[in-house]
Amino acid sequence: MENLIALLVAAPLVGAALLLCGGKRLDRTGHWIGSLLAVASFAVAVVLFADMLGKGAEHRALHQHLFSWIPVGGFRADIAFQLDQLSMTFVLLITGVGSLIHIYSIGYMEHDERRRRFFGYLNLFLAAMLLLVLADNYLLLYVGWEGVGLASYLLIGFWQHKPSAATAAKKAFLVNRVGDMGLSIAIMLMFTTFGTFAFGPVFAAAGDASEGRLTAIGLVLLLAACGKSAQVPLQSWLGDAMEGPTPVSALIHAATMVTAGVYLITRSGAIFNLAPDAQTAVVVVGAVTLLFGAIVGCAKDDIKKALAGSTMSQIGYMVLAAGLGPIGYAFAIMHLVTHGFFKAGLFLGAGSVMHGMNDEVDMRRYGGLRRYMPVTFVTFGLGYLAIIGFPGLSGFFSKDKIIEAAFARGGTEGWILGGAALLGAAITAFYMTRVMLMTFFGEKRWDPEEFHPHESPKVMTVPMIVLAVGSVFAGGLFSVGDAFVRWLEPVTSFAHGHSPVSAGVVTAATMVVLAIGVGIAWLMYGRKEVPATAPRGSLLTRAARRDLLQDDFNHVVLVRGGEHLTRTLVYLDHSLVDGAVNGTAAAMGGLSSRLRQLQTGFVRSYAVQMLGGAAVLVAATLLMRGV
Amino acid sequence: MSFPLLTATAVVPAIGAIATAAVPAAKRTAAKWLALLFSLATLSLAAVIAVRFDPGAKGPFQLTESHAWIQDFGVRYDLGVDGIAVALIALTALLIPFVILAGWHDADPSPSSQLRSSRGGPNEGAEPNRPYSWRPTQGFFALILAVEAMVVLSFEATDVFLFYIFFEAMLIPMYFLIGGFGDRAGGRGEQQAAAQRSYAAVKFLLYNLVGGLIMLAAVIGLYAVTAHQLGAGTFSLPQIVQARASGALTLGTGTERLLFLGFFFAFAVKAPLWPLHTWLPNAMGEATSPVAVLITAVVDKVGTFAMLRFCLQLFPEASSWATPVILVLSLISIVYGALLAVGQRDIKRLIAYASISHFGFIILGIFAMTSQGQGGATLYMVNHGISTAALMLVAGFLISRRGSRLIADYGGVQKVAPVLAGTFLVGGLATLSLPGLAPFISEFLVLVGTFSRYPVIGIIATLGIVLAALYVLVLYQRTMTGPVATEVRAMPDLKVRELVVVAPLIALLLFLGVYPKPLTDLVNPAVQHTLSVVDKKDPKPTVRVDAVPGGGRHGGTAQTQDVEAAK
Repeated sequence: MENLIALLVAAPLVGAALLLCGGKRLDRTGHWIGSLLAVASFAVAVVLFADMLGKGAEHRALHQHLFSWIPVGGFRADIAFQLDQLSMTFVLLITGVGSLIHIYSIGYMEHDERRRRFFGYLNLFLAAMLLLVLADNYLLLYVGWEGVGLASYLLIGFWQHKPSAATAAKKAFLVNRVGDMGLSIAIMLMFTTFGTFAFGPVFAAAGDASEGRLTAIGLVLLLAACGKSAQVPLQSWLGDAMEGPTPVSALIHAATMVTAGVYLITRSGAIFNLAPDAQTAVVVVGAVTLLFGAIVGCAKDDIKKALAGSTMSQIGYMVLAAGLGPIGYAFAIMHLVTHGFFKAGLFLGAGSVMHGMNDEVDMRRYGGLRRYMPVTFVTFGLGYLAIIGFPGLSGFFSKDKIIEAAFARGGTEGWILGGAALLGAAITAFYMTRVMLMTFFGEKRWDPEEFHPHESPKVMTVPMIVLAVGSVFAGGLFSVGDAFVRWLEPVTSFAHGHSPVSAGVVTAATMVVLAIGVGIAWLMYGRKEVPATAPRGSLLTRAARRDLLQDDFNHVVLVRGGEHLTRTLVYLDHSLVDGAVNGTAAAMGGLSSRLRQLQTGFVRSYAVQMLGGAAVLVAATLLMRGV
Repeated sequence: MSFPLLTATAVVPAIGAIATAAVPAAKRTAAKWLALLFSLATLSLAAVIAVRFDPGAKGPFQLTESHAWIQDFGVRYDLGVDGIAVALIALTALLIPFVILAGWHDADPSPSSQLRSSRGGPNEGAEPNRPYSWRPTQGFFALILAVEAMVVLSFEATDVFLFYIFFEAMLIPMYFLIGGFGDRAGGRGEQQAAAQRSYAAVKFLLYNLVGGLIMLAAVIGLYAVTAHQLGAGTFSLPQIVQARASGALTLGTGTERLLFLGFFFAFAVKAPLWPLHTWLPNAMGEATSPVAVLITAVVDKVGTFAMLRFCLQLFPEASSWATPVILVLSLISIVYGALLAVGQRDIKRLIAYASISHFGFIILGIFAMTSQGQGGATLYMVNHGISTAALMLVAGFLISRRGSRLIADYGGVQKVAPVLAGTFLVGGLATLSLPGLAPFISEFLVLVGTFSRYPVIGIIATLGIVLAALYVLVLYQRTMTGPVATEVRAMPDLKVRELVVVAPLIALLLFLGVYPKPLTDLVNPAVQHTLSVVDKKDPKPTVRVDAVPGGGRHGGTAQTQDVEAAK
């Protein structure tokens, strides 16, 4: 059975190679090949899953060792896979949602002349993402980690004739590289501490390392997670990443890649559990980002950017949960999976709206679309109910548990974190209701002459329906008898949190803030007409529209500062370093003044010099012999 | 006596050079094919070396050849290779055919060739006023083969003096290659371009000559010391290493340091290390792209190779003494080179500064004095050769289409020439050390090897990976994406000949990124030998993993490692 693991990665990898090197002759079939291989990978995942369920909880982890990759001295990196319950969860999510989005893209990208290449990149992404979650050591994980970064770069910049897309792609890669520095340093620290960076031995030996070391490793891992998962302070790339085609936003920048940071932290639980200071840093980052993203999401008029803010915020919840340790890991992953369903569904819905609206993304120019796109309206609506945590739907189960666990951290910290999570829930309800109302309700704010909104073809709506079904039922299904928690427990371990407030109270409070959030949004956008041009707004609104000024800060400090630095260095390299070396040479032998002379009669004088040198040499050796 | 394989590998390109130079002026194409043929023959000989070489065998050098040469001075014609030399000979032999193919039309006579010939050229005896006997094409390819022969010999020489001769002699053909053949990306007028080229060539020569002269003094000094203490002077590396180990030869601290500095200075100019780097951007910018590849991917490697072979092994104590300063200089090279690459407006100069940053990594790895650092540095030499060749040659194809080296003159090339843009991107990704491609492995090994002994330096060097992403992606964005620039609109995509050059290089980058084991197996024993001469051991991990039960399979590997460390 373990021999099948490599097949999971190999199928999409072959697809990528075929589609990217295959040339024009694959233009007509490329999208089918790409989708087929994604589905094939999913089928293998299902087989492995069924096999895993048949075994006892402690014997479910599979290993596949392919070959020794980098053996240099004590440094051993292998190409080897590990499939346990945590990896399996991700594999199913990646291949499942991935397949649906491949199929959706067949319709969405139908009129794009570079569709074959698009599917090649999507396949490449799947392969890299699967490698990331299947690797059995950190260095191989790093390959997948940067691999998804590359795929993301290529796909954000897919329409690279648009300068904005090319810039966004570059920005995403660069910000991610800052995070990657963290992962590099983490691996180096592990190597010097444990002499290895394979999961098994590192986690087994973690207890013997000093807390200071473990804290350092935890913090740099957190830096890596911040980059990939768009957490404060490395969150600035995600909004711009919406330049990519919408299926990409759904798959990479909502459902899978951006959750890699949560995977990294959960996977490294054995390290974080022993480094409480690093854990505190994790929960702080999570709590700050969940509010940051939510506030940004409230102010955006671009439907995709509003959803991007929401993604940031939801991942904030997951990071917060993962930072809580064994009382939170399982819920972080559970929210990750349910979020995978409803956020992918929401993005596909947004794509469907754009598809019917000539690629318009400004929600102020939507309105009343529910009559024109009934399927999109219903599936998007179900995703909306799921994300705000409407009772009985997926988000209700997973988010509620995280809020509870946040309170269970205990002490003042617990109250602060729980309060932040509750506040986040209220804002989530507000901004999602706003999106819903502005898009599907109210008066038409578009010109019927110019726009002809229509429902999307089946190849697009069917994936949306499947995801909507998941958004509705997944959470409930996972919670029956704590099925999900018990499934993950052997990997992530689990501890019951002891919340100062009872579960019932937390649920009730969540319901109240949800109602408040929805109510305010309805008062602002449901009862009143939405202006087609954005009002000036308060200071906070204006800041939130600009991503709370993070980009402005980056621009002034990093971009401008960097430009000045490089320009100065280029100047100095020419005038100072070059000049100094030349000057030294001149001082030593008058070489500089002879330069012009050398240039003219060069060959002759060089020959003379060679002769002279040889003479000196012979003379010197003769002299030395006498010594 | 067995077949002198090492000699043959150097002699074949040397004969090729003479034969190519002798082809009559009218038969230019024949000269090209002849040069290609000889370079391929050299490649097959290099392959034979790689096969015949046994990484597990005892002794530092294999396939040795030894003949007395200048007996009075103890100079011997001694050749021998270790794993590092085998890898670099293979790299050289592999790249030359691509260099030749890529430069296929670079030396075709153009209407302005007379101007070039009037400044003196490679063809001895050709009179400038008789253009018909002037054969630039033949000369160009003959010079490339001549460089190959000398580079191969300097990788093989185990006699310090023999090495010195070829180390210096390769400057001459390089000088003519840089000064004699431009990339026709004028726009500034042929006259001015020729002046720029000439300046670059002279600068190249002067820098390297000064380095060489200082080294010559040190070489003589070394001879004097051995003559004094051993009775008979010698230049033989194995002999000196052995004599030092047995105590028959003891260098005074001051003497050793001076001699070390003499050697190191020459290699640091060639490598090039900050602040001796300024000749490289001029030389690489003005030379044609294939010659630029020859400089940075092949010739400069002799510098870093010689640090490993001569500096460390001849002067172990002085090497340790100088390590802190050298590490700081390499760190400056890494960050400084990358920052300057970001600020460049000229594609080729950008790649040159990127190379300076990469050479910083190589030297950092060498002087970190760990198996990962030195193993990584050796791999880095090979991988940097391949990746820079890929990037630089595609850049050359691009430049020859538009006739400009300025980044700002391009834009949107991706739309009109997708294959060219795609290969350029892969070359760029290799340059920024993307995991999955070969350079990632060497860069990571260097970082980890440095970090395990010098954590702070290791962390600062990690900045290089962010800066590399910056200069590569900015270059790609400005040239390949965005609206199509008017002048690029009719740009043709890669031709078959160009694809034949690029595709194998990319395949190799992928292969060595996924399966570098053949290379690491080759290099590891040589690195261990070097480290044992320098008397350095890898730092041990703070926690012993093998003590932990349930470490499983990996615990096993960790145990083997501890056993090795104990040896």
